[in-house]
Amino acid sequence: MSAVLDPTGHAAGHAADSHDHHHGPTGWRRWLYATNHKDIGTLYLMFSFTMLMVGGVLALLIRAELFQPGLQLVNPELFNQLTTMHGLIMVFGAIMPAFVGFANWMVPLQIGASDMAFARMNNFSFWLLVPAAIMLVAGFFMPGGAPAAGWTLYAPLTLQMGMSMDSSIFALHIMGASSIMGAINIIVTILNMRAPGMTLMKMPMFCWTWLITAYLLIAVMPVFAGAITMTLTDRHFGTSFFNPAGGGDPVMYQHIFWFFGHPEVYIMILPAFGIISQVVPAFARKKLFGYASMVYATSSIAILSFIVWAHHMFTTGMPVTGQLFFMYATMLISVPTAVKIFNWIATMWRGSMTFETPMLFAIGFIFVFAIGGFTGLIPAVAPIDTQIQDTYYIVAHFHYVLVAGSLFAMFAGAYYWLPKWTGFMYSERRGQIHFWWSMISFNITFFPMHFLGLAGMPRRYADYPMQFADFNMIVSIGAFGFGFAQVYFFLAVVLPAMRGRGVPAPQRPWDGAEGLEWEVPSPAPFHTFENPPKLDETATRVIG
Amino acid sequence: MKSIFKRLAHALMLAGAWAAGSAHAVNDLPGGPSVHQLNLTRGVTRIAEEQSNLHWMMLIICTVIFVAVFSVMFYSIWKHRRSQGAKAANFHESVTVEIVWTVVPFLIIVGMALPATKVLVAQKDTTNADLTIKTTGYQWKWGYDYIKGEGEGIGFISTLDPAQRAMSSSGDVSQAPDNYLFKVDNPLVVPVGKKIRIITTANDVIHSFMVPAFGIKQDAIPGFVRDTWFRADSVGDFYGQCAELCGKEHAYMPIHVKVVSAADYTAWVGGEMKKVAAKLDDPGKVWALEDILKRGEKVYGSNCAACHQANGKGAGPIKPLDGSAVVRNADHGVQIQIVLHGVANGAMPSWKALSDTDLAAVITYTKNAWSNKTGQLVQPAEIVAQRSK
Repeated sequence: MSAVLDPTGHAAGHAADSHDHHHGPTGWRRWLYATNHKDIGTLYLMFSFTMLMVGGVLALLIRAELFQPGLQLVNPELFNQLTTMHGLIMVFGAIMPAFVGFANWMVPLQIGASDMAFARMNNFSFWLLVPAAIMLVAGFFMPGGAPAAGWTLYAPLTLQMGMSMDSSIFALHIMGASSIMGAINIIVTILNMRAPGMTLMKMPMFCWTWLITAYLLIAVMPVFAGAITMTLTDRHFGTSFFNPAGGGDPVMYQHIFWFFGHPEVYIMILPAFGIISQVVPAFARKKLFGYASMVYATSSIAILSFIVWAHHMFTTGMPVTGQLFFMYATMLISVPTAVKIFNWIATMWRGSMTFETPMLFAIGFIFVFAIGGFTGLIPAVAPIDTQIQDTYYIVAHFHYVLVAGSLFAMFAGAYYWLPKWTGFMYSERRGQIHFWWSMISFNITFFPMHFLGLAGMPRRYADYPMQFADFNMIVSIGAFGFGFAQVYFFLAVVLPAMRGRGVPAPQRPWDGAEGLEWEVPSPAPFHTFENPPKLDETATRVIG
Repeated sequence: MKSIFKRLAHALMLAGAWAAGSAHAVNDLPGGPSVHQLNLTRGVTRIAEEQSNLHWMMLIICTVIFVAVFSVMFYSIWKHRRSQGAKAANFHESVTVEIVWTVVPFLIIVGMALPATKVLVAQKDTTNADLTIKTTGYQWKWGYDYIKGEGEGIGFISTLDPAQRAMSSSGDVSQAPDNYLFKVDNPLVVPVGKKIRIITTANDVIHSFMVPAFGIKQDAIPGFVRDTWFRADSVGDFYGQCAELCGKEHAYMPIHVKVVSAADYTAWVGGEMKKVAAKLDDPGKVWALEDILKRGEKVYGSNCAACHQANGKGAGPIKPLDGSAVVRNADHGVQIQIVLHGVANGAMPSWKALSDTDLAAVITYTKNAWSNKTGQLVQPAEIVAQRSK
């Protein structure tokens, strides 16, 4: 029986671990009172997949409306609510919690710790998300509908929104608090609970990227909280931070928002880099080419992410010196990113590769993420950005890095660790169908958006000129294909594994995989590493 | 190169064409988007051409790097497979290699940044303009005021053709013209070959003034002024749209710029000045109910109906006017103050930019339209009086 749906929670644990003395609650209490990092990791992953589906439905409503010119399904008010909520839900409800879920499951297993450092705070940070998400989605049913100011919530448009704006701000505050708690937990766990011999520079890359991400989260989530709090006081308490009618500065909102927003982009991609850096060596059966340089590249990206924010604001009319600075700084980020891609390719070089689904998604990630990287370098050049800012080119770019980037990396990670989580092998054939289906429909969806953007189609448009019609139709068809691929993933891959259908997974299902998570049985027992393991020199094997 | 792309696009389109059904022939819009356009709009200013060149440069460099890097990867995927009997080598960490692949991208980026800097500096230089026009973003229309240069003093509002807006709502675009969502009542008119400085600002929320053929996009920010410039090399009609989310009618505030010869421009300015003089309403004029209602209906249609609807019922959070106590109030001051200054944080914006006569007309219209048969008549003089309160 799998660890995930195991009602007693430790059936497999007894077999593997004779002194398992866990007698935790069962049934729904097991999940509500969960303090076990594996249970909480599962909760996070389930929650974020649910939100992925909710956000996906909104995206498909958007694409259904844009299938043809003219308004056939929704009015422009609702359209703006859909784009806004799609963005907020995907960023704060799907991508961020999903990576926290991965961290909960894998960080203790990878560093040889028994659990996360703060078990009850872990529970709290997950369960905060649920009411916050409900409150966010409930905006659709409030008078005036959900917020319709775009996920960036630019002032002063936010000042015109109805009451759902306030409840959404509250929801985002709660989600921010949850993220900060999650980040603190991860930092403390990694810094204090590593098994003896697991030095920082022997730590798996996933832990490294999450450590850096967690610092980014702690640094910028309060900034975001500040921005939306000022919006709230502008709305209700007579302040004029951003309200031009009272002498406020709407551009200041953008500066504050993007000071959070750009590191946020890296919060959503650095853990993905970590997953890829584990999957590629496992299936190339060769060590990561430059471990140290990967750590340094990740750190440089994190540091640089704080000084590039205003490239989101080239058209606000900054002074020329400001634009030059942000243009140069932004272009500079491509150097450490290139180093990472070169590293992955050098790892593959002269390896002994096989192409199971995790590797397919990892290679797919590198390929498509590189496209997203280049389409990010192009708008970094400010004069070109004058043409493509706020057009579909930007929409294409950030979906290449967030969907093909973060989401594909999560799929790679999910297929890679699913045997460890559930104790069962997924169906390789179904995994490959999922990969090719996602890969092809993803590109059908997002590649034509580059053309639309270059031709000048602005984003967040409920209706568009006739000349844009055909590409929009192709995009919409691709979007539905991509959406159904993810339903297939859940029904045909995740669910069977959770229900225990399929071949039982061996302890180390991937012969090239290294790391402590493969030193415990599959599924991972409820409690692991209760006593600090003794590690070999490379800190990848338990020797007693 | 362009023709290859065109053909590629057409092949791609054939796949999608079966689904199109309606088979309504759409043509390119000169000065606006083309059908199946794959790259930037053809520029008619130096800056737009430079932007296009920069884009080609970036695209070529990026494509070359992409192809080179991924040839290596796919070669490796092909050759170094276990099924091909590949044995894993055991090399890692090479300082030389790592320095090389850090320094080379850095140098490439420096090479990209140099030409970009030149264009950026040129594009930000708004000095020595021949004509300065203030562009104001309203929810959801553009206001143009000629501030300095030939035509000084001209000012008008530019709104999307209501018929096209209605066509959008109907969802049936089978008869849509090529300039669907681009047709406005009053295009911005500028002379060819002159440096035009555009000052942007906004009345309510942030908008963005974009004309791809000129290579300009400048946010219009309430409470602040920003500027950009262009010098069009050829006459013609050029189109753009609002590029910053500004509320529900964001997709319906297009920009149409007519670039004309110097002589045509002078003639246009002359005509416009006469119209300004003729249109000037005497706010002291006393109107008869029937005349002012006709005018009010027009003002309502182009300013109010987008939110309050033609039937006055409003929609969602938008308050209905039909049956409203404020509208039916015999004390005209209540409604006049709301129309002048707006309410609900600008959800109902301020309309004080409209003329006294237009305001009197539209308020009279609402007081008498639908079921509001109050018979009340608001004269322009009352607006004048309320403005000073």
